[in-house]
Amino acid sequence: MSQPLDPKQTLIDTFGDAIEGSEEFRGELTVIVKAEKIIEVAQHLRDAEGLKYNLLSDITAVDYYPAEPRFGLCYHLYSMVFNRRLRLKVLWSDGDAPVPSMTQLWPSANWEEREAYDMMGIVFSGHPDMRRIFMPDDWQGHPQRKDYPLGYETVQFSFNYDEIAKHKPFAKK
Amino acid sequence: MTADPQTHHAVWEGNIEELKGLVSEKAFTGESMILNMGPQHPSTHGVLRVILELEGEEVLSCIPDVGFLHTGIEKNMEYKTYEKSIVMTDRMDYLNPMGNGLVYCLAMEKLFELDVPMRAQIARVVLAELTRINSHLVWMGIGGLDLGVTSTMTYAFREREVLLDIFEMVSGQRMMSTYFRPGGLWRDLPDEFEGAVQNVLDTFPAKIDDYDKIITQNPVFVDRTQGIGFISAEDAVAYGLTGAALRGSGVNWDIRKAMPYSSYEQFEFDVPLGQHGDVYDRFIVRIAEMRQSLRIIEQGMKRLQKEKGPFRSDNRKYVPPPRAELGRSMEAVIHHFKLWTEGFRPPKGEVYVSIEGPRGELGCFLASDGSPNPMRVHFRTPSFVNLSALEKLAKNHMIADLVGIIGSIDIVLGDCDR
Repeated sequence: MSQPLDPKQTLIDTFGDAIEGSEEFRGELTVIVKAEKIIEVAQHLRDAEGLKYNLLSDITAVDYYPAEPRFGLCYHLYSMVFNRRLRLKVLWSDGDAPVPSMTQLWPSANWEEREAYDMMGIVFSGHPDMRRIFMPDDWQGHPQRKDYPLGYETVQFSFNYDEIAKHKPFAKK
Repeated sequence: MTADPQTHHAVWEGNIEELKGLVSEKAFTGESMILNMGPQHPSTHGVLRVILELEGEEVLSCIPDVGFLHTGIEKNMEYKTYEKSIVMTDRMDYLNPMGNGLVYCLAMEKLFELDVPMRAQIARVVLAELTRINSHLVWMGIGGLDLGVTSTMTYAFREREVLLDIFEMVSGQRMMSTYFRPGGLWRDLPDEFEGAVQNVLDTFPAKIDDYDKIITQNPVFVDRTQGIGFISAEDAVAYGLTGAALRGSGVNWDIRKAMPYSSYEQFEFDVPLGQHGDVYDRFIVRIAEMRQSLRIIEQGMKRLQKEKGPFRSDNRKYVPPPRAELGRSMEAVIHHFKLWTEGFRPPKGEVYVSIEGPRGELGCFLASDGSPNPMRVHFRTPSFVNLSALEKLAKNHMIADLVGIIGSIDIVLGDCDR
């Protein structure tokens, strides 16, 4: 078994400009990567000797509203060989190019990315099945965003029945 | 079924085109059949809907549809203070309330750099393992019921009652316990706790042996599970399977051993492994895990007799003072008032903590912006990730085996949908 390498230094040496920065907080390393290079970086982390981050534990997103870029897409990688974790982060805003889908490397990314799309509205390219996962298919908006209010649905009474029915094109069949 | 694409483009039922790429070409020519299973099917362990493409009885492709129990727990937690959101975590995986509370408390403690007294750490281990047995009992009862071993359910729920009584004894609640708090426990363990757990330790080993016999020596059960739902070790890792579903394929990875939390490194236990990666191996791994949990509980109870120290941290910036202090100390009154009105303000930062839940890696990602409410809480729930591997596991099996496969990955839909 090879010696463990320092992931941060290895990534900076190998990918140079694609690494936008890194943070260390409470012993957890976060490496910020450019969205278009995320697949290459993750593949290197998964396959290279001394890194071997073979398990994609989790994908999630944070909304830093009103900061720009607004979203932080976090990939939590784990190496079963060296027993350590690493967080890759992609900063993304509405209107940016879609983030390449991680499903080509880990099939487990399929549902995680659907969740990030459904809840935060992050768009992925090359995903085999980009549908909403939790919310109904005809749902408007992405509920986990900071500018999406904690939901109260207006109660439909006879005086406002038509107005509310307008927002529900699929309720009546 | 006819559908007008202008008005019904987003409604799935009328539009098979949306399944393009998910089912084979045969479905479009009518050679294979699309069948909807669930969401109220009794053997799918909750409100899970599975869209199946069948050729005869063989499953060609299987598309799980989740979200029926989505309650927006992560969103709701952003609108509560850190401590008030603990009650939400119990409601995610309703068979593992202590574990959910534990991972959220561990994430908070990592973020705040809050120490937990040893007595609380050991009590957490004992209760987490009791919860694991509780969860495995329900899984065993329902999993057996799926595959025709109907008597397990009545036995399992009888035993579970004993455990729920213990949870009620410590927390006042049978299921939604909210017993773990940042910095320790809500209150000290009651005096009756020791006797009640001793009763479990005395009676459960023989009972687990019985269930082992009922299930694993039942020829019908063995025929229906061996060689079914196979997944190799490489695929299991690639699909993100964790917990018994991963160890059934022979991968020796248990977070309690790999990254010990809450003093698990001081306990002796083995990690049971399967060899074949089929439904049967996942069953025997969980049965063996229950025995290991009993071992951990036994060691924990011995330690608890010696560890008589405090049960909660005395860091008053995060932990409210006990009621008795309020009458004596003005500072305690101020802390009490601040903590129960505004809450505390942790440092800015992001942490990810994971524990070995009964179903696998249960992770909590917590992002703080320095305000009293968490900026983002995300739970990496094992049911969600394990269930996404169902399409791989169920491919080319009979529709009757699908029921056993769903049982073997042990999903809780509350955990999956959050």
